[in-house]
Amino acid sequence: MEEFFQQLTNGLAVGGIYALIALGYTMVYGVLKLINFAHGDLFTLGAYLGFTLLTSFGLSDRVGPLLGVLILALMVMGLVALVGMILERSAYKPLRQSPRLSAVVSALGASIFIQNSIMLVYGPNIQVYPHNIMPDTVIHLFGMPVPLMRILILVASVVLMVALYLFIQKTRTGTAIRAAAIDQGAAALMGINVDRVIMLVFLLGPALGGSAGLMVGLYYGQVNFTMGWVYGLKAFTAAILGGIGNIPGAMLGGLLLGLVEALGAAYISIAWKDAIAFGVLIFILIVRPTGLLGERVADKI
Amino acid sequence: MDLVIKDLKVKYGNVEALHGINLRVEPREIVTILGANGAGKSTTLMAISGLVPACEGEILFNGMALHKMKPHQVVKTGVAQVPEGRRVFGTLTVAENLHLGAFTTRDAAKEIKTRDWIYELFPVLKERREQLAGTLSGGEQQMLAIGRALMADPKLLLLDEPSLGLAPLIIKRIFDTVRQINEAGVTVVLVEQNARAALKLAHRGYVLEVGNIVLEDQASTLLSNEDVQNAYLGGH
Repeated sequence: MEEFFQQLTNGLAVGGIYALIALGYTMVYGVLKLINFAHGDLFTLGAYLGFTLLTSFGLSDRVGPLLGVLILALMVMGLVALVGMILERSAYKPLRQSPRLSAVVSALGASIFIQNSIMLVYGPNIQVYPHNIMPDTVIHLFGMPVPLMRILILVASVVLMVALYLFIQKTRTGTAIRAAAIDQGAAALMGINVDRVIMLVFLLGPALGGSAGLMVGLYYGQVNFTMGWVYGLKAFTAAILGGIGNIPGAMLGGLLLGLVEALGAAYISIAWKDAIAFGVLIFILIVRPTGLLGERVADKI
Repeated sequence: MDLVIKDLKVKYGNVEALHGINLRVEPREIVTILGANGAGKSTTLMAISGLVPACEGEILFNGMALHKMKPHQVVKTGVAQVPEGRRVFGTLTVAENLHLGAFTTRDAAKEIKTRDWIYELFPVLKERREQLAGTLSGGEQQMLAIGRALMADPKLLLLDEPSLGLAPLIIKRIFDTVRQINEAGVTVVLVEQNARAALKLAHRGYVLEVGNIVLEDQASTLLSNEDVQNAYLGGH
């Protein structure tokens, strides 16, 4: 029972991280029908910026660990969002009218560019997050010990997801994003500035991806410049699992993938972890090609 | 409140779709643009809305240069379009679609007033307000598309093929409503293949042929014009 509980909370924490990254893929795909292959590297950038800010400011010494990490997270999100916006401006916007494939190639190029820039700045070795920022507190939930960090990551990712969901569903700007994702031309005819919507999506997605990078750094204690590849691929899988372009789908897909992976690793074999994750993807795509929540309604012709 | 198009040229790549057309719409008029497929009717409306760039010439609405604006700026000048094929937001509800139509008007009280008027024009939209737009019938979607455009409180309404694919009874219903909308003070530009119905509704008409305006007159005169009858009214 305790083993199961540990794997459950671990799976949900990792799943929350996948979900945050998956949201970036799914939002960009929703509006531009483009897979932003550089998204995983923005996630890596978040992890590295977190590392730099942690080691250079000593924030947690001054304002305490919780508030320190919160301020740090906001700084990382802001910076990665900025890079996301610059990425859109420089790599995607000039190709808006070009064939789809050009943008895909540009995305791959941007991915390599960001990854190598990180390597040149930080070096190719693994970087270790300082150990003393977050106390290794263990709390007891239902009588079972759980690391506080794990709970914090789960709570933070859920808070971010709920905030995003409310923003998309309830606000005027959120409705504009949904409209532009359905039909850009029709959205423009409503008076929606589609360029601004695209820019906003490239601020929100990278901000969430960057926060996920920081979480991985804090959770596992180390980062390397190629980590964006694996996490990106997993999160992309999560986005497809939930139905690409669908925001609640990315959240569900991420959490589900994290759970399946953790439980599969614990009860089947850790060596099969990735095979199980992608096996689930293949199974879902065979049974429901649109993903779990894809296509709420078939458009009438 | 007039719309003036001067020597408008539009190109898709290397292909010129409009070869310099001139067109004028007076306030509170219904003007119809007739023509065969590919004549440039939809292109004209898209150029007015800013969805395709004008490569030469001018589009002036109340003296404002629409040809220099982006689509969302054109909407703010009081020009709304009901695009060809309706293009309602299928996975959003009827109410959400109407709400999006009012995207540029930030006045909540006015939005409710306009919405109530639209529910009066099309009671079926009120009944189905919580339903996803994609589940409506073609006629209902057309009504929603018109209602959505009216939510912007436009002074000029551009209608692109509102009768496309609809049953005759529904077409009549929609055209009657367009007349009502016009009587409420909205100028209308109507692009139609259903030339007879369009000319009966409109005050004036233009005939487009492969990117040029070849004829322009009072609607009643066009209805009895022999060339128009042969080409667009199926002859007699």
